[in-house]
Amino acid sequence: MSFHPEIFLQQIVNGLVLGSIYALVALGYTMVYGILGLINFAHGEVVMIGALTALSVILALHGAAPDLPAALYILAGTLVAIPVTMTLGYTIERVAYRPLRNAPRLAPLITAIGVSIVLQNVALLVWGRSYHPWPPILPTTPHTFLGANITDLQIFIVAGAAAIMAGLTLLVNKTKLGRAMRATAENPAVAGLMGVNVNVIISITFVIGAALGAVAGVMVSANYQIAHYYMGFILGLKAFTAAVLGGIGNLAGAMLGGLLLGLIESLGAGYIGDLTGGFLGSHYQDVFAFFVLILVLVFRPSGLVGERVAERA
Amino acid sequence: MQTRLLSAGVFAAIAALALAGCGKEEPKPAPKAEAPAAPAAPPPPPELVVKIGHVAPLTGNIAHLGKDNENGARLAVDDLNAMGIVVDGKKLKFELVGEDDQADPKTGTVVAQKLVDAKVNAVVGHLNSGTTIPASKIYNDAGIAQISPSATNPTYTQQGFKTAFRVMANDVQQGSVLGEYAAKNLKAQTIAIIDDRTAYGQGLADEVEKAAKAAGAKIVAREFTKNDATDFTAILTKIKGKKPDVIFYGGMDAQAGPMLKQIKTLGIKSKYLTGDGGCSPELIKLAGDAAEGIYCSQAGLPLDKMPRGADFAKRYKDKFNTDVQIYAPYSYDAVLVIADAIKRANSAEPAKIVAALPATATDGVTGKVQFDEKGDVKNGAITVYTVKGGKLEVLEVQGGSPMAQAVSAVKAEVKEAVKEAEKAAGDAAKAVEKEVKKVEEAVKK
Repeated sequence: MSFHPEIFLQQIVNGLVLGSIYALVALGYTMVYGILGLINFAHGEVVMIGALTALSVILALHGAAPDLPAALYILAGTLVAIPVTMTLGYTIERVAYRPLRNAPRLAPLITAIGVSIVLQNVALLVWGRSYHPWPPILPTTPHTFLGANITDLQIFIVAGAAAIMAGLTLLVNKTKLGRAMRATAENPAVAGLMGVNVNVIISITFVIGAALGAVAGVMVSANYQIAHYYMGFILGLKAFTAAVLGGIGNLAGAMLGGLLLGLIESLGAGYIGDLTGGFLGSHYQDVFAFFVLILVLVFRPSGLVGERVAERA
Repeated sequence: MQTRLLSAGVFAAIAALALAGCGKEEPKPAPKAEAPAAPAAPPPPPELVVKIGHVAPLTGNIAHLGKDNENGARLAVDDLNAMGIVVDGKKLKFELVGEDDQADPKTGTVVAQKLVDAKVNAVVGHLNSGTTIPASKIYNDAGIAQISPSATNPTYTQQGFKTAFRVMANDVQQGSVLGEYAAKNLKAQTIAIIDDRTAYGQGLADEVEKAAKAAGAKIVAREFTKNDATDFTAILTKIKGKKPDVIFYGGMDAQAGPMLKQIKTLGIKSKYLTGDGGCSPELIKLAGDAAEGIYCSQAGLPLDKMPRGADFAKRYKDKFNTDVQIYAPYSYDAVLVIADAIKRANSAEPAKIVAALPATATDGVTGKVQFDEKGDVKNGAITVYTVKGGKLEVLEVQGGSPMAQAVSAVKAEVKEAVKEAEKAAGDAAKAVEKEVKKVEEAVKK
């Protein structure tokens, strides 16, 4: 077995891009979990709706004016998709989660799965079951660093994910809204007594998470040049895994977990066959990723950087 | 999908059981239209109605292909009725009983049962492998011949059903053509193979691997993905390190599209080859200019290369005022094959049709139709295409590999000989039995 450094570097790049996408989606899971202790399984579908809405706008705009710069199309698509998913996020919380806030923890989990199925079918009705390709607006010629190829978009994805993560951390730690969020996370009842409007804070959290979902959706579908009604399910599952790996409820943990998961998958698929002499193939890439997850959880049940949280009532 | 298939299978089994329960009680001959109480004039030859069931999806997203199949069969039925075939002193009147299976395995078994209950003499269909395979059990239990014009999954004819036939090359034949094409025509010494872990993708990829190895190429990587994946960069990067001459993908266009874009981004220079699942205009739509110059195959001949294709296309257009999609010539031939079997059997009884089908040698629109011992068409053609200027362009047409044909011919001959020997032995035994009975009777007397 020969080792090619440029192939290894390419796998690292692949892993970073994939990991940044996971991280962006994982932020949406981790924010909601951090405040409510609820796993919002519908988040993957919010990402999907964001992606398809943006793509519809981009296609319409591209049909009307085919010669604008690529960034303009994407910006327009994202700007339309964000309010759509924000409304969606607010509605989901208001309809499916708020009435169940004091119900046993299993109940909102079930409604989350229900919302996810409903959203998939709504998307199926609106956009149909076919795969929707992006118009050829993005430059496809990659840059080459030391033999590894990376496109403008991929650089933007990695940088954008890092920037959004940093922005969110600032929001949570340095602003008044962030303080209210942290207070709600600590103890909603006491935060309410201290003058925090808990319902509003929770709604805002959902709306921010959904907006991030729209951005993530646009990035994912732009990267793969494709969008369809089922894309949110697998992506959501992987991102949730990433969030748990990093320590769910922790913003830096989501980022770390996402990047790590992306790298593990990429290097796993790339080298597992050669390392095991062909005994395990690239179809074990997910098995490999989940094996790492189990290992981490056995030794650190709250994730890599998650703090031990006291059992909440 | 798994559970759907499973439940369809269970349903098929239940339906078949129910059928076995009630089917045996009524071995009545095919309905005969009696000539009306004849006046003095010489009576016209009595008519014998032959019902041919046809199943394809007539609703849903491949409804256009289903309608195409049905039109092909309808054209054949009209042609046959115009010919006025007389069998056993009766004039045959063919009727087409069309059903819609919605490309859904469950519905497929329901309409199959419906056709059995309607006492059709033979069935042309279904269109998809996924519906054809569960339905084939129902037809087999009812003893009704089934000829699929378009199902390519090898399993269909490998279940040991004497009633299952197809007039289109299966994925084994396609795989061997693709593997040889990669090694010989594309001059590939090293090949990387990816499949999507579905019955279709994996099956085809395995056949390609076998054929490519036999033709002297080396498989440098065998990678896997899933039929809902969108990210292939990790396996493609690994393949890039192996620098194969050709990358083969066994799977559908929905994955091949993004995969081609990622191949371009990663700067992989290998040629790209895929099967009929990725050989569609849809692929070109998804991959855009990244599809340019790839190679892919479809089972079957292009219409203008068929022996009577041009004539068929014209008559089809005149009659239905639309162009042939893909499989209409095959469903046309399937009906011809059934009519031929009725002629040779001198009867339209389902059992006699089934018995006559293996010896088929019919000149159809698509060429000479003959079946091998499993019920697969012999020498099924495979067409290799390339993408040029955003369109599929025919590169060349290949029959099944000559070696395989020779082998199956020899096998058939051996089987024939064995059968004859068995028959001879059976006859001898019967003769002895008769003699014994005679003696016994004589003794009683």
